[in-house]
Amino acid sequence: MQDNGITPSQTVGPFFKYGLTPTGEYAWNDAFTHSTLTPDVTGDRVRIEGRVFDGDGVAVPDCMLEIWQADAQGRFADPQDRRALPNASFRGFARCGTDKDGHYAFETIKPGAVPDPDGKPQAPHILVAVFGRGMLRHLYTRIYFSDESGNAADPVLELVPADRRATLIAVREAGKSIYRLDLHLQGDNETVFFDV
Amino acid sequence: MTFIYPTDSNKAHPLPLSPDYKSSIKRAPNKPLIPMRHTLSELTGPVYGHETVREGDDDLTRQHSGEPLGERIIVHGHVRDEDGRGVPSSLVEIWQANSCGRYVHVRDQHPAPLDPNFTGAGRTVSDASGYYRFVTIKPGAYPWGNHHNAWRPAHIHLSVFGHSFVTRLVTQMYFPNDPLFPFDPIFNSVPDEKARARMVSSFDLENTQPEWALCYRFDIVLRGKNATPMENS
Repeated sequence: MQDNGITPSQTVGPFFKYGLTPTGEYAWNDAFTHSTLTPDVTGDRVRIEGRVFDGDGVAVPDCMLEIWQADAQGRFADPQDRRALPNASFRGFARCGTDKDGHYAFETIKPGAVPDPDGKPQAPHILVAVFGRGMLRHLYTRIYFSDESGNAADPVLELVPADRRATLIAVREAGKSIYRLDLHLQGDNETVFFDV
Repeated sequence: MTFIYPTDSNKAHPLPLSPDYKSSIKRAPNKPLIPMRHTLSELTGPVYGHETVREGDDDLTRQHSGEPLGERIIVHGHVRDEDGRGVPSSLVEIWQANSCGRYVHVRDQHPAPLDPNFTGAGRTVSDASGYYRFVTIKPGAYPWGNHHNAWRPAHIHLSVFGHSFVTRLVTQMYFPNDPLFPFDPIFNSVPDEKARARMVSSFDLENTQPEWALCYRFDIVLRGKNATPMENS
């Protein structure tokens, strides 16, 4: 008999690719891609890329990242966001498996500011869920942007020890719309993960 | 209406580090997770419905020219929250090994045959009451390299979205009375016995279809207990 507790998480294991991120390599179609872009979306188009490493600094080739974000006006494509609806078919969700060298990349737009529960603006950010073999539950982290002055007053970054904040901030390549952020699941440069 | 999800519910999940599962040793964070209040970013989530799913994606036995080998089964149940409310319009994705315990994934090279009529991936969307249903083949157990003579109990991987980014769940559905349970470090990574039992489907004779397929029921319970309205929403 089942009680009312939640169903526990289990790892995605090493063999999820053909089901969740087939990208043309298997006889199955992709429900999602690594891009949130739609033809009518407004905002600054950006590429966010990096690599995922384990506690030995070894690249993780069988990881899956999912992102969730607001549109350029800071509004979510979800009816639970009762503010004005987004202005496009933008959905704000994307999924990307890492390659053999641990690389990931997302094509998206830079989100607008989203209020915190007190109505204070959060700096533009993207939520990330990290799945992989060896990970019994996915981990939650955030991506911020190095060229946003709002980072200094962001209420979530303020919770993070100052010497670890850089693990959450994607660095813009000079003159380009490309931001880089590596994720470290463990170790000296361990990415900040949140208990949500 | 937006809800606050108590983090206490997460105690049902495995801890990130579960040393008996060797792959977790270098991939679990050493530093504590940082608690934070849920903001609109965490409380909202991707909304995907029927446009994501093609007709027939919920029947893994009809994706090729012939029928796959193995024991045809029905897997069905409800996606619910902790208060027992059905979660409608939730995307459910599954993937699994074939009846011989072999995945089509290129990295699975253990000596068991592939089935040209079985890929092992499916998708559906829960209906207005949270109900979902798949037709598939019962997966086989398979060996893995975690320790000497290690075998995974037969399982189907499930990925469920729910109504916010913090209700996201990836889990595995097991079959009742599997003799491999006591020896599987992934199953036993869930510390609480009652919580482990929630990952085991139940045999459903009532919905077994005569002359055609055995049925298993698997209810998926997402966070949502004591849900309270969020101000400023």
